[in-house]
Amino acid sequence: MAVATTRTTRKDPGRPAAAGVPGRGAPPGRTRTGGGTPPGRGRLIGTAPYLLLLPALAATVVLLGWPLVKNGMLSFQNLNMRQLIQHLTEWNGVDNYREALTSEDFWRVTARSVVFTSVNVVLIMVLGTLIGLLLARLGTKMRLLLSTGLVLAWAMPPIAATTVYQWLFAARFGVVNWVLDKLGWHSMADYNWTGSQFSTFFVITVLIVWQSIPFVAINLYAATTTIPKELYEAAALDGAGAWRSFTSVTLPFLKPFLLATVFLEVIWVFKAFPQVFAINEGGPDRLTETLPVYAFIEGVGNQHYGMGAAISLLTIVILLALTSYYLRIVLKQEKDEGGEL
Amino acid sequence: MKRSAAGRLWPNATAIVLFVAFAFPVYWMFSTAFKPTSDIISEDPVWFPTNATFEHFKTATDADNFWTLVRNSLTVTVSAVALSLVLALLASFALARMRFKGRRGFLVTFMIAQMAPWEVMVIAIYMIIRDGEMLNSLVPLTLFYMVMVLPFTILTLRSYVAAVPKELEESAMVDGCTRPQAFIRVIFPLLAPGLMATSLFGFITAWNEFPLVLILNKDPEAQTLPLWLSKFQTNFGDDWGATMAAASLFAIPILLLFLFLQRKAVGGLTSGAVKG
Repeated sequence: MAVATTRTTRKDPGRPAAAGVPGRGAPPGRTRTGGGTPPGRGRLIGTAPYLLLLPALAATVVLLGWPLVKNGMLSFQNLNMRQLIQHLTEWNGVDNYREALTSEDFWRVTARSVVFTSVNVVLIMVLGTLIGLLLARLGTKMRLLLSTGLVLAWAMPPIAATTVYQWLFAARFGVVNWVLDKLGWHSMADYNWTGSQFSTFFVITVLIVWQSIPFVAINLYAATTTIPKELYEAAALDGAGAWRSFTSVTLPFLKPFLLATVFLEVIWVFKAFPQVFAINEGGPDRLTETLPVYAFIEGVGNQHYGMGAAISLLTIVILLALTSYYLRIVLKQEKDEGGEL
Repeated sequence: MKRSAAGRLWPNATAIVLFVAFAFPVYWMFSTAFKPTSDIISEDPVWFPTNATFEHFKTATDADNFWTLVRNSLTVTVSAVALSLVLALLASFALARMRFKGRRGFLVTFMIAQMAPWEVMVIAIYMIIRDGEMLNSLVPLTLFYMVMVLPFTILTLRSYVAAVPKELEESAMVDGCTRPQAFIRVIFPLLAPGLMATSLFGFITAWNEFPLVLILNKDPEAQTLPLWLSKFQTNFGDDWGATMAAASLFAIPILLLFLFLQRKAVGGLTSGAVKG
């Protein structure tokens, strides 16, 4: 997904796309508001875009909209193993929500998710930005070398990467423990990384940061190449040093990009499921469950489906809020750049 | 602006350290996959697979159902991408070339859909599929993967369609083509890079998908490769050589596609299409 969203949001050539209908027939936009075209033909052209959009829209509504609605309905039901097997529908009002919102567990997991997301995003953004700026400073050959490394990390399928990290951090014969031991930290020789909450989160964080930095670094580098050289020349003429020209030219120029990227990363890390789940299934003792994993384990693992749905919905609400902020930023940017939506 | 020797040295040194940090896990996956077990379980790591062997790949491919799962993954991924391409072509043409009421609304809908939190919707999807008695089938997986990649495909193809000069289409219609003909004969061939880019990205997304198949397809013969890989280490009792071979087999197509994408799929085919 990481890759995917980049291209639409960042590299979208986004020029004025809709330029009316060329050549024959009347512009459908005008037909709908009642132009002077023959009614039959006008209506046909007027409905054409809707017909073209219908299959995609129908698929989205059925396969995305329906599960969302279903999620909402499930969250108001008492649905455990018994009800599931007997196909019973027991409505229980807002009980699930009341239980979730008053339980200590839910808030602990939420706080954990927020801390986990913040730590990851800060690391990703700071390191990604630094590496992006480094890319801009390197010569062609070194830049190619570093980009190759970044693309390799970026391209690794999350589940494959998780498996590799399990091996790197394996207690016996794992490279990380060997290196720490050789560096003089002998108590780490057979350290079990998935044995405690903090060390498990450490591994997950290294994994997620490693996989997410390339997106930020490469796109940031691409963005720096679009900064007009004249701005730096002007800054130099005004007597600005390296740091001053960075803060007064580079940063303001990159600000919209950085803002949008922060939101994207927050959304991605917050809902990261494969890595967190696959590394230790939320263990030890359910101490590394973030909200999506918590919803999954409550709902499916412990077969409290209604409860799981309620937690999911609360998570979706948080994500929707984040997404709407993100979209607002992106849409505003497109408008500012003169692109027409 | 001249930089001192040290000023030139540190960026390059940092770049090399960073290259190692980013490439090492990928290197270690392949290198472990090729090392004989005695080199894997050695007190000091063997850094280079000098006694390369294919035995771990054999263990991985001989695992139960491996080839069934390869077929499942390919079937699901390819059909999902193909279906989404068809739907997206129609939609993106409307969004890029026509003016109509609600156009902006459609665009925003697809943008929101692109950010859909599928990871957190799995319980509801499970209930729907279970009520439809379609668990352990590849059909729901295919359909959901199609919708997962559809918004991205639409939004990206829209840019590619819009980038095809309108004059090309117009001149085809002056020469007597109807609009659909103009689309098929003129625009479609020019969309090749766009179709390539979107289908490869769709392929990567669907190939990697994990949470949905985890909950929907428990039957070992109805799973896909990510699920198989996530359980491999448990099932094979810490056989890291075989686990890394399995991870390599799973990752290779994606790594290749990615490198290919970086070079090929970017860039316009149409730059010289309109003269003057």
